Formats: sequence, C-alpha cells, structure tokens
Amino acid sequence: MKVKLSSIACARSGDKGAHSNVGIVFNNNDVYIWAKKYLTEEIVKKHFNEIVKGDVVRYCLDNIFSLNFILIDSLGGGGSESLLNDAQGKTYGQALLLMEIDLPNNLKGYINE
Amino acid sequence: MRKTKIANGQGFWGDSIQAPIDLITSADINYLTLDYLAEITLSIMQKQKNKNNLFGYARDFLDLINISGKLLKENKIKLITNAGGVNPFECSKALKKILVSQNINLNIGYIEGDDIYDKLDLLIKQGADLCNMDTGENIEKIRGRICSANVYIDSYEIKKALDNEADIVLAGRVTDPGLTLGPLLHEFDWKKNDYNKLASGTLAGHIIECGAQCTGGNYSKWYNVDDFINIGYPIVEVSENGNFNIIKTDNTGGLINKDTICEQILYEMGNPKKYISPDVCVDFTSFSLIDNGDNNVSISNVKGYKPTDTYKVSISYFNGYKSSGQLTISGPNALEKAKKTAEIIWGRLSNAGCSYSEKNTEFLGYNSCQRSINLKYSGSNEIVLRLSVRDDDFKKVERFGKEISPVITSGPPGITGFAGGRPKPQEVIAYWPALISKNLITTNSKIL
Repeated sequence: MKVKLSSIACARSGDKGAHSNVGIVFNNNDVYIWAKKYLTEEIVKKHFNEIVKGDVVRYCLDNIFSLNFILIDSLGGGGSESLLNDAQGKTYGQALLLMEIDLPNNLKGYINE
Repeated sequence: MRKTKIANGQGFWGDSIQAPIDLITSADINYLTLDYLAEITLSIMQKQKNKNNLFGYARDFLDLINISGKLLKENKIKLITNAGGVNPFECSKALKKILVSQNINLNIGYIEGDDIYDKLDLLIKQGADLCNMDTGENIEKIRGRICSANVYIDSYEIKKALDNEADIVLAGRVTDPGLTLGPLLHEFDWKKNDYNKLASGTLAGHIIECGAQCTGGNYSKWYNVDDFINIGYPIVEVSENGNFNIIKTDNTGGLINKDTICEQILYEMGNPKKYISPDVCVDFTSFSLIDNGDNNVSISNVKGYKPTDTYKVSISYFNGYKSSGQLTISGPNALEKAKKTAEIIWGRLSNAGCSYSEKNTEFLGYNSCQRSINLKYSGSNEIVLRLSVRDDDFKKVERFGKEISPVITSGPPGITGFAGGRPKPQEVIAYWPALISKNLITTNSKIL
C-alpha cells in the first residue's frame, strides 16, 4: 500500500559544514529490515535531486533501527555562507518523511495511529 | 554503584533563559551544563574582544548568575559552561564581582589554551599546516581574513578545575559533550584509556547538549508531546560503569522515549562508527537502548576506541557580504504576482548595473524548504517573497537593499510586509575546519 515515510518513521536533520545529514528512526526491527533494502542512497538522492548537488552516503545503525544519510553539498555553501531560508538543513528530515513509499502488506500493522 | 546526575539547561546561545533557572531551582541534580557556543559565535565574541579586551564572552551567563547564584550555592549544584568564549579570564573576573557583591562564596575555575588566534604565526612556524580538512586548501588563502581560531580541547581541564574545587567552570572551546564528560571524569576518576566509559560519557553529553531537543523538541511525532509550554530540559543519571539513563524533572512537560532520544543521537551525525572527539572515538552502532516508559530511557554498553593524535580547529574568516529582503504578496494569484515582483526587482538591479556573485529567489509558503518534493499546491492567498544576494562589493549589496520597497507602489497589487526597513549588508563569516597536532597545544585551568 502507498503511504508516506512519516507513517513508519521519525527523522531529524542538521548541518555538517556544506553538507547536511538526515537521520531516520524506524518504528521497529521489521520495518527497519525492509527499509534497509528499500531506502537506498539512489532513492534518497532522487528524492532530494533539487537539493543535493553531490552524492548521498548512507550509514546503518542496526542497534537503534536507524539509517543516517549524508547529503553532500546540499546547503548552498556552509551554514553561515548560504543564502537559503533553511541554511542549516533543519527541514530536510521532514522533507524525507514526505517520501511516498510502497509498504508491503505484512508491515501494515506498524503504521502510526 | 555510585551515580551522579548532570543536566543541560542551554543548548545554544539564544536558548531559553528560564530553563537554567528552573533546573537550579527545582531539579535534583549534581551538575548543570550550559552551552553558549556555535562556530559563528566565537567570531562575534572575538570581534567584541578586539574592540574592548574586557569582553568576548557570553554576557547572558552573568545575568543568570545574578539571578540564580545564591540558589546554585544553596542547592550545591556545580556548573560547567563554555560561556567564557574567547575571554574566560575576564568572564571569571566579571562573575566574581557579581558573586562578591551578593556575598556568595563560590570558586570559579577558568580554562585557557583553546584560543590560538594570537598564536597562529608561531604555530604555523612550528609546523601546523592548518589546511582545510574538507577541501585541502592552504591556510594562506584566508590568512589575512581570519576572525577567530579555537581548538576543540579535551575534557581533562574541566576535570582538573573540579578536582581543584571549582564550583563554576568557565571554558571556551571545549567540545559540547565534554561539558558532560568533564564532571564524570572528576566524579569517577575514569582513566584516559577507559575508552568504553569515555565513549559512554561522550554519548550522554551528545544526547543532552541541545537541551530540549531530546525531550520532545523537534520530535517528528510532535502530536504525542504533552505540554510543550513547560517542556523539561534533560538530565542524565550516569553510573560509575558508564551506563546511564535520560530523565527529566517530574513536574515538567515534554516527552522522553526511544524515538526522541534516537532522533537526537542522529543529530549532526557523520559516520556513526567513528564519532571523533578529542577524548575518544565513539562507536554509535555499539550500544543498547531500552525505553523504560514514564520518560526514562537507558543506554548501556557503549564502545569506544583510542582517540586520534590531532585536535580539531575551528577557524572563522571574513568572506564578503550578503543581504536578504522579504515582501508579503497577497490576494488573487499570489504566487504569480510574487514571481512577477521578483522579476521586476532583479530587472531594476540589472538596469542599475548590479550583478552579484550569488543571487537567490525563494517563495515562502510555496516551496522554499522542500522545493518540489511531493508538492501539491492548490494556491494560497499569500506568499512571502524572499530575495538574497552575496558579493564581495559592499556597495552593490547595499544597493540591493534599496531596491526592495519601491515595488510596493510600482509593481503588482497587494504587497506589504516591509516594516523592518531596508535590509542592510551583513558580513559573511565563513568556517574553515582544520586539524592540529595535540602536542602543539598547551591548555591549563586556574581557580579565581
């Protein structure tokens, strides 16, 4: 079924020089294992294609069912140099949660109320 | 097993002025940490110090002690802060004056050695290359434009100050998690090679360093947070073996659960297997986390490794000017009118012979943050137009500020929101991260 990522995960983002990071925390291990296969660097790069000028790099934190994405060159320069309204990538976490995904039926039960 | 409680009441310069007062007044804690510094803050403080060498620190902190110094003493809470900025010595003298005037007897420990602004020539001569660790560029490129230079020093000077019976520790550029690790080193006498314990203390500090951002602030499931108005700031209760719980005071709002803590753990994270601090390298994929319910999360078995032999240096430098102006455009076809308005302003600037090294046009209320991601726009009755420029030429950036308001009477209808006056050029302070060999840096702590 089609849902937004926000229905199965939380996210937080911030700046790292000229890059930003988006950390995403899944509701439980079943959803995390599925997300690890689905939410690739390529898919996230495509989602942020107007925002990320460089690559997307992904790290996995199996212990807390979380993925961490580094968005290379995504702030229009460093935090203090950027002309963007969101110069520090504070909103990119919420932007990732807007992604529409095709959630397998067996994971439907884990959707937020 | 012995335990100690450490709270954070200030996540950045500009955070709640009430939070530290509330913690001092009613929280059951042993230590209070307050973070006032960001990369950009030190350049502002250095500028203040250049004008008057009695300044260059966070004066908000003095206001806090003026109000709460007496209670701090009565409640036997020790306070660790980086409010000393680029002038911890003058900050401690000003602080002492306040304490003496109120007859409060507290020892102040201040830490020096992180500020290398005046020693750059010497350090470069001694072999520090200070090339940009992201781009590899040579420091000579910005040498004449440097505004501040500070080393992220390790947490042992905080321990030493507390060992010497400081009640308030005033540091400059220590790491943010170090404000928490420092008192743990003092309390439990952890050794330099107790890597797992150092990693645990660093993670505890990382979780609370942004104040309420781990107690429900900025939480994706914000609709589950009770009472944002009275949000509680975080407390870590740390055991001698390094394991810890994140809690808050009972009568406060906010929320601590697995998600609020995990979100904050991931904040500003790079490679989670290699979180490098001057004290230890932390593996953020190593620990176990348990949500105990009732605003209580425990973390155990954090793994750490030997630290690197370099410190990170935070250098800021002047890099031209920028300016931003906003107008609110309302009524029928607001977005189309906003686009036309932008076209008019840029056209007039071009007629005036002004081109810029960077220009930016944004439509707030339409797509300024998330561009076309999942954009389902059905038209809104108002849009905020935000225009920005950047250039090395002050005059051109100043000229930009004069071209915003004329369009109110010489463009499309329904434009307002120009109460703030002409936007003025602001200096762009850019950031230059570098590494320096630890044996080139000497730090010390003294008691006043």
